[in-house]
Amino acid sequence: MFEYGEMPDLSVLLAEAAPAAGLARVEAGRGDSVRELQERIRQMQTTKLETRRLETVPALASLLPGGALQAGAVYSVERSHALLMALMAGPSAAGAWCGVVGIPDFGVEAAARSGIDLERLVLVPHPGDQWLAVTSAIIDVVSVVVTVAPPRLSDAVTARLAARIRQREATLIVLGGWAQSEATLRITESTWGGIGAGHGHLASRQVTVSSSGKSLWGQKRTARLWLPDASEQIREVGSASGGGAGSGGGAGSGGHERAEHGFAEHELAG
Amino acid sequence: MPRTEKSRTLVVWFPDWPVRARALIEDIPTDSPIALIERGLVFACSSSARAEGVRRGLRLREAQATCPDLLTFEYDSALDHRSFEPVMNAIEELMPGVQMLRPGTCALDARGPSRYYGGENQVAQVLLNTLASLEVTRLGEDGEAGAAASGETAANGGVAVTTDGGTAAVGAFAARIAIADGRFAAERAVRMPGRQSIRIVAPSTSPQFLAPQPIELIGDQALATLLRRLGLTTLGAFAALDFRDVRARFGETGVYAHSLASGGDLRRVTPRLPPQLRDIEVSFEPPLELVDQITFAFRTAAERFVDELTRSLLVCTSIRVELHTDNGLMHERGWGHPRWFSANDVLDRIRWQVQGRMGTGNGALKSPITKVRVLPEGLDTIGNYETGLWGSTPDDRVHHGLSRVQSLLGHGGVVTAVIGGGRGVAERQILTPWGDPVEGTAAASRVRRGAAGSRAADGAATVAGGSRTTAGRETFKPWPGSVPLPAPSSVFERPSRVTVLGVSGEAVEVDERGALTGVPSRFAPGAGGADGAGRAGNTSAGTAPSTVGMTRAPVPQAITAWAGPWPVHERWWDQEQARSFHRFQVVDADGTAWLLALHDKTWWAEARYD
Repeated sequence: MFEYGEMPDLSVLLAEAAPAAGLARVEAGRGDSVRELQERIRQMQTTKLETRRLETVPALASLLPGGALQAGAVYSVERSHALLMALMAGPSAAGAWCGVVGIPDFGVEAAARSGIDLERLVLVPHPGDQWLAVTSAIIDVVSVVVTVAPPRLSDAVTARLAARIRQREATLIVLGGWAQSEATLRITESTWGGIGAGHGHLASRQVTVSSSGKSLWGQKRTARLWLPDASEQIREVGSASGGGAGSGGGAGSGGHERAEHGFAEHELAG
Repeated sequence: MPRTEKSRTLVVWFPDWPVRARALIEDIPTDSPIALIERGLVFACSSSARAEGVRRGLRLREAQATCPDLLTFEYDSALDHRSFEPVMNAIEELMPGVQMLRPGTCALDARGPSRYYGGENQVAQVLLNTLASLEVTRLGEDGEAGAAASGETAANGGVAVTTDGGTAAVGAFAARIAIADGRFAAERAVRMPGRQSIRIVAPSTSPQFLAPQPIELIGDQALATLLRRLGLTTLGAFAALDFRDVRARFGETGVYAHSLASGGDLRRVTPRLPPQLRDIEVSFEPPLELVDQITFAFRTAAERFVDELTRSLLVCTSIRVELHTDNGLMHERGWGHPRWFSANDVLDRIRWQVQGRMGTGNGALKSPITKVRVLPEGLDTIGNYETGLWGSTPDDRVHHGLSRVQSLLGHGGVVTAVIGGGRGVAERQILTPWGDPVEGTAAASRVRRGAAGSRAADGAATVAGGSRTTAGRETFKPWPGSVPLPAPSSVFERPSRVTVLGVSGEAVEVDERGALTGVPSRFAPGAGGADGAGRAGNTSAGTAPSTVGMTRAPVPQAITAWAGPWPVHERWWDQEQARSFHRFQVVDADGTAWLLALHDKTWWAEARYD
């Protein structure tokens, strides 16, 4: 499982680096590919073993270290359930079971509409004082676990949970803060469309999502997303409705990172 | 090899059984005009309705026109079977080997009983007496009324009390018994018009008995019409034909009808196997109060229960648990299982049920438990639930893990969701405890069955589901007036109070004409008033970390966009459940959108788009 992880990476790396260099946006592309190469090197040099990847929807790939959710890692999301659902949608559509612990307000219909298969979604709305036992039990059997951490959680408990997650190859997404998370995603800005002063209704939303965390080495990545767009799709602003950014966390990521400032003009033009 | 000699067959018939069963359930006298309706047509009617001209196959409107006092009910075949079961049991106690032909009619082999009781007439007497006593205990004083009414109904085919041989039959619905060679002759005899309760066709006179009967009794409508047009108007005329000619002209169905008509019915009575009782019960002496004591005492019984099922190659998918208490109360409920019950699962269900009834709350047992009874409700063959050759599937693992969580938190602690119908956001999500069938959906089998999902029903569910959302019962019906998409990502378990203010800080309301009194321009989650504080405290007192009141900022922020009011008038026909309020969508300064409801000057947040 772990051995073959490195070889395809090299070939993918070459395949992705070459066209990126040949693009018109030379300097941008170069910066990206350098960053990309650095990340690859870091991944190869890391002391951790390569783990299973859980692909997310393409729009979020650029925000996550490694371009996808890693099995055995913890991610955190601040405040936004929609962002949680967007993170879960990819693995759920790929057949993973999802568990939601301690979020009684989780909007099930929005979850279903964002692409989470309800037949493989399990909710534990009120774990009560059994939070740790319940979360551990769910981690045992479910691939993607979403939870809210209790306010005071000792380091020992955190470490035990982290070990369990690694052992079971589950992915934990915490709503709120988590000290050892790979990346923390938050919505820094959001604009609703379709609604005016007393007319229309909420139809679509553009958000700026930023991510930071220990695996991003102090960098901050941002992306401008439709969450959701008028046809309830989650996609990057500027990408085609069909979800064109299929290359995942490859060469595309840096471009959007950089495009953050150019967003306003782009939108006006579009 | 079928024996050529015809066996003596006894047929018991209760005229108008479906009507009678329904009358018993509805607690109305059986002689009132009753009709059972199936798909808009009269399926069965009582004799008094028949006297008014109601017939089987009449349209409901026609029947009501003929008999304005007619009481109509929906026909329910399950009810017929259920109510006939005690009768079958009573007959079985007297003489074994009963075959139910249909609810209200059963057959048995007459030879053995007639030897035992010393004659066919005696057998019929014994049966009638037993059934009559059953009648009396069940009907009570109703029997009197029935007997009184029987006189007038007799002319219309209802069977009245006969004094022939001192029968103790009661009421217009009393049983009739016929004994003849072969089932066909016996059935014909029992349905002959007349007043006798016992009809015996002497041995080897069945052909003579059948000969004058009309050809329509043959049972095959098309064949009967054809034979009548060929000039064969009685069974005897048809029976007189050579069977080779019949075979050449009508084929196998004709030969079969011919053998029936000539009294050569070779069908034998195939007795039913009495259903085996599989329920278990354990009585406690002295009565027990502690959950652990009860489950411990029940453990061996539960293991025996599962073992016995396994031995007969069955698994149990749903059970009913009855708790009997010292003060004579009984509490029961059914429990489902996504796969099948092991002994531990049974104990878990008992534990949850007892725990749910502890304490002093509403519905508490308040008394120690004297007896626990477990009845299997759903049984299935074990083959459908066999684990695969290469170990268990991932779904099994999920199920085991979730069962563990359920044993920590209780049955309702782990839920799955489907999207149902409705206009509000909260009522559209239907949460079902893990393992329970999803109410009214085709997806139920899928959820329940878990890994054993390779079934035809599942295929149908997937097809019916179509799109990504699980096939909720009414999801795809249009719900005019529902909140437009996209769906909110947080749906509050209970709505929280919010503050909405106008431009100059005044309250915003909707007047009687549905117009806003001001422009909503400032918004704050959480209410300023004392009521709001209590509400918020209530929410955060919940065991889970609350995500509702993320900021209870007392300073209202500006509203950047809003829409509404969208009036909601739901269930106005129902005094209890009627709701009337206005919905709004607002976007606050952070760019978070809210779904608000204005109930009579109070603003609530129903959901948040975050």
